[in-house]
Amino acid sequence: MDQMDVIDGGFSAPVFNAQTVFRAVMDAMARPGTVQQLAELAQPPAPLAATAGAVALTLCDHDTPLWFDAGLQVSAAKSWLGFHTGAPSAATPADAHFALVANPANLISLENFAQGTQEYPDRSTTLILQVESLTDGTPLHLEGPGIEKSATIAPTSLPRHFVEQWKQNGARFPRGVDLILAAPDGVACLPRTTRIKTTEA
Amino acid sequence: MTTAATEIATYNFAYLDEQTKRMIRRAILKGIAIPGYQVPFASREMPMPYGWGTGGVQVTAAIIGPDDVLKVIDQGADDTTNAVSIRAFFQKVADVAVTTETAKATIIQTRHRIPEHPLTAGQTLVYQVPIPEPLRFLEPRETETRKMHALEEYGLMHVKLYEDIARHGRIATTYAYPVKVEGRYVMDPSPTPKFDNPKMHMSPALQLFGAGREKRIYAVPPFTRVVSLDFEDHPFEIQTFDQPCALCGAEQVYLDEVILDDKGGHMFVCSDTDHCEKRQACGHRGHLAPEALEPAQ
Repeated sequence: MDQMDVIDGGFSAPVFNAQTVFRAVMDAMARPGTVQQLAELAQPPAPLAATAGAVALTLCDHDTPLWFDAGLQVSAAKSWLGFHTGAPSAATPADAHFALVANPANLISLENFAQGTQEYPDRSTTLILQVESLTDGTPLHLEGPGIEKSATIAPTSLPRHFVEQWKQNGARFPRGVDLILAAPDGVACLPRTTRIKTTEA
Repeated sequence: MTTAATEIATYNFAYLDEQTKRMIRRAILKGIAIPGYQVPFASREMPMPYGWGTGGVQVTAAIIGPDDVLKVIDQGADDTTNAVSIRAFFQKVADVAVTTETAKATIIQTRHRIPEHPLTAGQTLVYQVPIPEPLRFLEPRETETRKMHALEEYGLMHVKLYEDIARHGRIATTYAYPVKVEGRYVMDPSPTPKFDNPKMHMSPALQLFGAGREKRIYAVPPFTRVVSLDFEDHPFEIQTFDQPCALCGAEQVYLDEVILDDKGGHMFVCSDTDHCEKRQACGHRGHLAPEALEPAQ
């Protein structure tokens, strides 16, 4: 592991870059299904991609234990995040405030992560999923708060049995996890309130 | 480096330190994901007393960027003490553009009104909230109100509205009128007049609520159902006014009563000063508008 990989590649203007990324994530969370464009503001080491890295730099610090999927667990990216954010590692997915997922296709099921409690549904994990594209996958037709009539995104790749898993996540409301989908050109979000319309005849 | 060293140290952009902003930003995202749920956050001391909008100021400080255009209103007015000082605060600590025009603002921080001009997608309305818990005056214990929200047990609120009817013949709550957000959480819309409640329903703008002293942030995403609580036989109604605005002649807007003398003279004028000025600039005149007065003198 090259030492410089771990230190280089943070925000060039931490205050303003973080604000830019946050507003993109906030708008994406408020309007599920929309893709908020985001320039490449951070250069994390592989396999962490620029967008997911920038979102992590924006939201994570010593107060937010992070969970890493298998690919990130053994990478320089983990040290890079440790150096730049000071965030501790979560011992289990249920302890994580944020989960960073480089390979969503192999992700453990969503119910393993913190779901919050009925009294404090905010104490749940927010998953940052690194996806290749938000337009090339199977289209998901979305409805719920933040969506006037309907919205469509087509992220790839998503966790296995995603539509079924997401339905179960919605059924736990107000408990449940929220997703930030980080693609090379922007972010989209699926808060727990968003429903995926299944339109089989 | 030499110039930086000789300058007096300045505050971070938008006053708050970055760790505080991250904490508030995380709370905002959770609030958006759980519409109407009050997210606890570690409210900071601000350079103004609690009760003067510290919650709204912290939310605004966490989201504002150099490209934003900020409008601040206090009871609909851009020119009252609270609005002027908060606007000046952000001009000083964030060097942002400010406006009084609703349509030009990207962030509108408000104390107890929603502008008359319809909000659009891309705008964010930040409310200053004194008591975020709608059940607080019915049940003072936080442990109990939290459980009531968890169990969706809102019977007490309906009893309160029913007692209004039993006593006054109608629901007498006129401001901070409780709403149900997306069919789940009962929420305090902050002490806005109930006149503004319908504007929250399916609004294209994002609505964020900050309560500094009570340390809570909550949110209503755009296009979210916000329904004022009522009964089938006593449906929710907004205030109506018998006369138009005395300055701009506007109807169907919220009016403030202004006392003119000690002999019972009074007038009703738009609470939204920007809306009123815009209408007057377009030639609309109420019966007490300056041009209408002059001939009489």
